[in-house]
Amino acid sequence: MPPRTAHASVAAVFREEHGRLLGALVHRFGDLDLAEDVAADAIEAALVHWPAHGVPPNPGAWLMTTARRKAVDRLRRDQAHAAKLAVLQAELDRAEPAPTAEDGLPDDRLRLFFTCTHPALAAEDRLALTLRCLAGLTTPEVARAFLVPTPTMAKRIVRAKNRIRTARIPFRVPRDDELTERLPGVLAVLYSIFTEGYAASSGPHLQRLDLADEAIRLARILHRLLPAEREATGLLALLLLVHARHPARTAPDGSPVLLEDQDRTRWNSSLITEGRALLPHALGGTPPGQYAVQAAIAALHDEAPDVRRTDWPQIVALYDVLATRTRSPVVALNRAAAVAMRDGPDAGLALLDTLADEPALRGYHPYDVARADLLERAGRHTEAAEAYRHALGSARTEPERALLRRRTQPRK
Amino acid sequence: MKYLLLVHASALDENGSPTGCEPTDWIAYDKEVRDAGVYVTGESLADLVTATTVKVGPDGTRSITTDGPFAETRELLGGFYVLDVPDLDVALDWAARCPGARDGSVVVRPIADFGA
Repeated sequence: MPPRTAHASVAAVFREEHGRLLGALVHRFGDLDLAEDVAADAIEAALVHWPAHGVPPNPGAWLMTTARRKAVDRLRRDQAHAAKLAVLQAELDRAEPAPTAEDGLPDDRLRLFFTCTHPALAAEDRLALTLRCLAGLTTPEVARAFLVPTPTMAKRIVRAKNRIRTARIPFRVPRDDELTERLPGVLAVLYSIFTEGYAASSGPHLQRLDLADEAIRLARILHRLLPAEREATGLLALLLLVHARHPARTAPDGSPVLLEDQDRTRWNSSLITEGRALLPHALGGTPPGQYAVQAAIAALHDEAPDVRRTDWPQIVALYDVLATRTRSPVVALNRAAAVAMRDGPDAGLALLDTLADEPALRGYHPYDVARADLLERAGRHTEAAEAYRHALGSARTEPERALLRRRTQPRK
Repeated sequence: MKYLLLVHASALDENGSPTGCEPTDWIAYDKEVRDAGVYVTGESLADLVTATTVKVGPDGTRSITTDGPFAETRELLGGFYVLDVPDLDVALDWAARCPGARDGSVVVRPIADFGA
């Protein structure tokens, strides 16, 4: 195999195996730094061996065995870790037939999910650690994803890892009775990673696709590890059903395309099929979880031939369900937009007016845009133009501003 | 690994005692942590309202202030436990079971271990 191809496949294998490798190593050593170091050592070794001898039939097992040997080497050099070495040596002394099947490898990623998203960590640190440890992103990649300088991200990751060590945040899967309390935290991190990628919070680009893709990849892993958890299913369904529309969300010049103007033939039908297939399980809870309900709303959009023929009464009904679960003004805003589609712009505007004093919606760009849009639909063009100018002030990305500048001209 | 559990009360009655928790709750909790073998030490503060703060300036002068910052804060430190448990999740479990967490709050802090 030519070195270049080997390098590319090593990189691909590494991304895929990194979380598993790290999970297993952390479980064994109880030390994230050591696990990361020896995982990197194993990758380095693979970069030397695989181009010469080919990628082994079970790359994961090869990496795992190599990483454990590297750990022994490191611990020998570091006498302070003598106790850990003893454990490890006992482990290696046991006959260690290399697992021949992928499934022969331990999958300790679920522990890692719960450690990286532990409530004792700062919210932004949870996102960074999850991308670093479970998605296998390098620190500069994580930094780029969040548009911060690499040294800033490096500091954040070091701080989070120190916290895990000094507070002794465990590497464990919560008991069943703790799961209802802890799982929402894991899901919230994946959801934040996705929304961060879906609508960049600042900067020149509307979408940073890589983060949305990473969130989906992680949601798939989590769903595989916790197949019975309906909200894990619901989250994956939601991400798939929303992400399916991304090819049509952006015009060639980078500006956003509104739902009503999107070319629906460009929506990704295989993602829609996959997402819809998850809905029955996701919605089976009593009451259904918030991700499942949002996924059902996304599915109704995905199934509709156009905006007019969308099942707005059903969407309003689903927002009603959602509103009973969260008092979120953002849910109320979306419900108002759906009511406007069902009953006309005046009904929507009346609801928006009741939300005008919500502190969370003050300066909230989607609120300003929704109001301007409904004024325009109601034929109040002068007020609409004024509202668009107001919305320009709360836009956070350049494409959003470009779209609004076009719309501040009163339409015929 | 040792953790400090700082037990804060959210309100006091007219006698200066925390509201909400019954002494029997505390006796039961105290017995639980001892029976579980995780108890290291713990104390209740005699006076939750008055705090005397000592500071020594760079020139060696002492300043002593009473009724310092604590009387103004919403939450009043009422006592503490030191528990020895395997990890943070276990410490958080014990904190959640503490009667003080129901009406006030329990802050969990890891204690530095210089021996490891």
